[in-house]
Formats: sequence, structure tokens, C-alpha cells
Amino acid sequence: MIARWLDSDFMYSLLRTPTALISMIVCILLAACALFAPWLAPTNPFDMAAINLMNGFTPPGAANEFTGDEFFLGTDDQGRDLYSAILYGLRVSLFVGLASVALAMFLGVTLGLLAGYLGGWVDAVIMRIADIQMTFPSILVAMLIYGVARGILPPNARADMAITVLILSIGLSEWVSFARTVRGTTIVEKQKEYVTASRLIGLSHLNIMARHILPNVINPILVIGTITLALAIIAEATLSFLGVGAPPTEPSLGTLIRVGQDFLFSGQWWIIFFPAATLLFLALSFNLLGDWLRDFYNPRLS
Amino acid sequence: MLSMIIRRIGQSTLVLLIVALVAFSMFRFVGDPVSVMLGQEATETDRENLRERLGLNNSLFVQYGRFVGRAIEGDFGVSYRTGEAVSAMIADRAPATIELAFVSGILATVLGISLGVITAINRKSFFSQVIMTVSLIGVSLPTFLIGVLLIWLFAVELGWLPSFGRSGVTDLGGWWHTSLLTVDGIKSLILPAITLGLYQMTLIMRLVRAEMLEVLGQDYIRFARARGLPLRKIYFDHALKNTLVPVITIIGLQFGSIIAFSIITESVFQWPGLGLMFINAIYHVDIPVMSAYLVMVSIVFVAINLIVDILYLFIDPRIRDAANAGAGE
Repeated sequence: MIARWLDSDFMYSLLRTPTALISMIVCILLAACALFAPWLAPTNPFDMAAINLMNGFTPPGAANEFTGDEFFLGTDDQGRDLYSAILYGLRVSLFVGLASVALAMFLGVTLGLLAGYLGGWVDAVIMRIADIQMTFPSILVAMLIYGVARGILPPNARADMAITVLILSIGLSEWVSFARTVRGTTIVEKQKEYVTASRLIGLSHLNIMARHILPNVINPILVIGTITLALAIIAEATLSFLGVGAPPTEPSLGTLIRVGQDFLFSGQWWIIFFPAATLLFLALSFNLLGDWLRDFYNPRLS
Repeated sequence: MLSMIIRRIGQSTLVLLIVALVAFSMFRFVGDPVSVMLGQEATETDRENLRERLGLNNSLFVQYGRFVGRAIEGDFGVSYRTGEAVSAMIADRAPATIELAFVSGILATVLGISLGVITAINRKSFFSQVIMTVSLIGVSLPTFLIGVLLIWLFAVELGWLPSFGRSGVTDLGGWWHTSLLTVDGIKSLILPAITLGLYQMTLIMRLVRAEMLEVLGQDYIRFARARGLPLRKIYFDHALKNTLVPVITIIGLQFGSIIAFSIITESVFQWPGLGLMFINAIYHVDIPVMSAYLVMVSIVFVAINLIVDILYLFIDPRIRDAANAGAGE
């Protein structure tokens, strides 16, 4: 099984494209860091009892002048270990990114399949909505949904629900590209003989869409999913940086950069530098991986 | 061709009406306007009176019609947070955003086209390779990080430019204020304008380069060279002119994203424009300001799309013919 997988076209192309291989390794490493954050982090950044205010503003790799404690990447203004905060922030960023892409993918694929397979007024309504949404940049749509969702929630629930609202707003702002691609491929697939054959043996429309057409439109979905993940991670970081995303109690990488910006003028560069560099690696590696996947599945596009 | 234009205007109006419906629903269903405006200690009679006065007892359709009518007159009610008229807030802050968007748009267009032409003509030179690599990094950096990076370099390390705010503002007769007339004002505009225009600049540059490379390979360019025309004339009169149709489209459409990204740039630099107003409105759930911003931005977007489509009809004869054939059916 493993031998066959290693022998596939996919692995052949991956191993011979250094950019793709490196970005995939970086992706896996960062995902592992996020997954195992509670075990990798030396301290829990949310446990107020474990934080010593005296440790504030410790530069990276040097001992604090009062307590003598050393921190690999330094500490922020409140004495929070930056390395631990980044690991947990990575966790929030990746989780929000993955969850919102999953939502966008589910919505987009379902609506795209329905539009392409059923045609007629269903197609017209769905694609008109998609067209109107496409007129606006997705970050603007996400901000609006975030604002409306905040308005619907009672004020005391806003901080607790912030992550859910964030996932909802980014997910709802990114579904269009999935829907358009799936609709296009579905229209092509629908005319093929295996669909007619399925109809003849009496399968239901739902069955044909889910079990027969869906597997044939899955490759482009994976490509768009990877590229959208990079977009979603940047959208999340942007919203959190602007103060309308992840709350300070559950900081993502964007929130950490927002906090760090205040200390840029006083010379504590590390508070903003390390979270920003992590975000950059994360977004860039998913972007490059998505580019390679696109070339791999559709060489004509490059 | 006229019927095509009329149809496009009809579609745009429909889109605007749908956006207005979204804005109206936000206004009507997110939070209760009556309790927001009256506060806790109002009596039931006060509430009923206000409901009657705001027309909340009419049918939803009538209310929507009134909302659209007021929006056309530029009346979006008062801000929940400051009690100011939303239209006055927008009028007060619009000049800052328009100036920023205008300067960065010019910057992106001029630099984008010239760098695109240079990198296409000297494709293999060291300078072109550097520009292309840097532009790749510029595309993948999030806007707010570019802003932070520029602040760190030019405001903190070098201390050449101010890091935030809009200083040196001159009032021009009460309805417009500009920061372009003083040195301080121009200095405070430089960093935000670069941050906002950088992404558009790379996009225009890459497009111009790709189009130029394609045009330069064609026969009429070779013929012009054989005729012994000066290179400058070939590059700018013959080649660049023929790349401009897609470039104009992109510049037009990108103006919309400049508006969207001005929200980010304005918050990074605390630039007192519409974007900063919108972010604050989201933060404080100031629904009237949010819905007014939504309507205003969609008018700009729809208008740009419409203008680009109509320009296309005039510039490209093939599209015009197709439109005429379609009308004849």
C-alpha cells in the first residue's frame, strides 16, 4: 500500500519539485506544532497564575534582569512566553482557517452541484447571488458578516462566540469560487454516459449527485481548497489585527501582531517579529503548495 | 448597442436594490432601533409613539420603499454611538479616503506601467529579475504586514516619515479638506499611499509585462523594426498602445479593491477616513453607519463595473459587434 503510494505520479512530481516539497514539509511541521501545542509549549499562556509580570519585555535568548528566567523567543509586556503564545496562536489561526474553508467548501460544493445538475431557476438564483457577492472583495464581505453577527448576539456573548462568528464570516465570504468550479465541471459530467446509465437503472438524483458526480469533480476542489486556506488564514489574521476577530483571551497570530505593534516604537521588536514571521511562513507555504497542486492537476493552466 | 447599455444599467439597478435590501434588513432586524434610541427607562407609550413616528408599524414593503427613498436623498439616519447624522459623518471623512485612494491609484498605475514596460523590454537583466522576485513576495504579504514593515523601516528606524495620522490638513471652503498642500500633509500621506497601492502596482506591472511580451513577439513589431523606426517609438507607440485595453479594465476594477483595502490601511495608519469609520462601526455594532457604508461602497463598485463594461463597448470593436448582433435577435 505504502509502496504503491510512493510510486504514484503524485509522489514522483512532489519529490522532484523542491518548492512544493519544502512548502509541504513546512505545512506539516506547522500543523504538528499547532496540534501538539499543549505538549510543546513550556508554559500555558492563558494560565494567569503561571505568568510573572516581572518577566515582561525579556529579549529573546537572554536572561531577565530581575528574575533570571530565560525565554527562547522572549516575552511580551505581561511576561507571557512568546514561544508558547505563538504555538497556541498558530492553533487558533489554523483551526479558524481549516474550519472556515470546510464551511466554504461544504456550501460551495453543495450549491455548485445543485446549480449544475438541476439547472433552470435554481441555477439562475444561485449564480446570481454568487455574481453579486463576487463584485465585492471577500474581506469586505467577511467584515460585514462579522459586524451583523455581532449585532445579533447579546453583548455578553460576543467574546465567547468570537471564534465561531469569525469562522462563519470567513466561510460565507469564500464559497463562491468552489460553487463556480463545481458547477462548471458538473455541467460537463452531467452529459456523460455514466450519468444517463445511472438514471436508466433508476438511481435517485440525490444519489447520482453525491455518489457519482461528486467523486469526479473532487480534484479541482482540493486545489481551490488549499489556495483558499492560505486566503482564509490571511483574512483571519487581518480581521484579528484590526480588532474585529479573535479576542485577546484567545489570541490568534493576528491578535499577537496587533499587540506587538504597540511596542514597535519602544524597541521591543521581537513581540511583533516572531508572530509575523510565523504567519508569513504559514500563508506562503500553503500558497506555494496550492500553486503546485494546481499545476499538477491541470498542467495546461500554468 | 443602446439596448445593451440599457440592459446593463437595469442589471446594475437590480444589484443595488438587492444590496439596499440587505442594508435595510440589517437596519430593521439587527438589534431593536426603538430600545437603542430610547434607552432603558422609556415607558410603553414612548415606545409606541416612536414606533409610530419611525414608521415601524407600516408593512415591511412600505418601510423598504421608504428606506430606498431616503438613501437616494442621502439620509441614513443617525449613528447609534455618536448621535451624529451618518451623512454628515461620511461627508466629513470622505475627502481623506478619496485623496488616499486617488494618490495610491496614480502611484500604482504610473509605477506599474513603467516597471512592466521596463521588465518586458529588458527581460533578462538583473534589475528585472530582482523586480519580479520582489513583486512575488509583495503579492503574498498581507496588506497590514506591509504597513507595519514600512512603519518600522521609515518611521522607527530611519525616522523620515510620520507613522500615523493625517497632519497638515488645509480646509478648503468647508466641504473639502486636503493634506496635499503642506509638506507635513504630503509626508503623512506617503506611507499609507504606498501600502495601499503596492498590491495594485504589482498586479498592473505583471499584466503589462505579460501583454508587452506577447505584443513584442508579433509581426508588425518586427516590421516596424525593419523599417528602422526608433526603438522608443516602437515600444511606446506601437506596443504599449495595444496592451492598454486589458490594463484599463484591471485598473478600473482594481479601484474597487483599493476602497476595500483602504479599510486595512486606514486602521494601520490611523488615517481618519471612511475605512476607519467602518471598522469602528463594526467594533461598536453601529448599524446605521455599517449599512450606509455598505450602500455607498456598492454604488461605487457597481458604477465602476458599469463604466468598464461600457468603455469596453467603445474600445473593442469585436465586443461592440457581438452586442449589436445580440440586439438584432
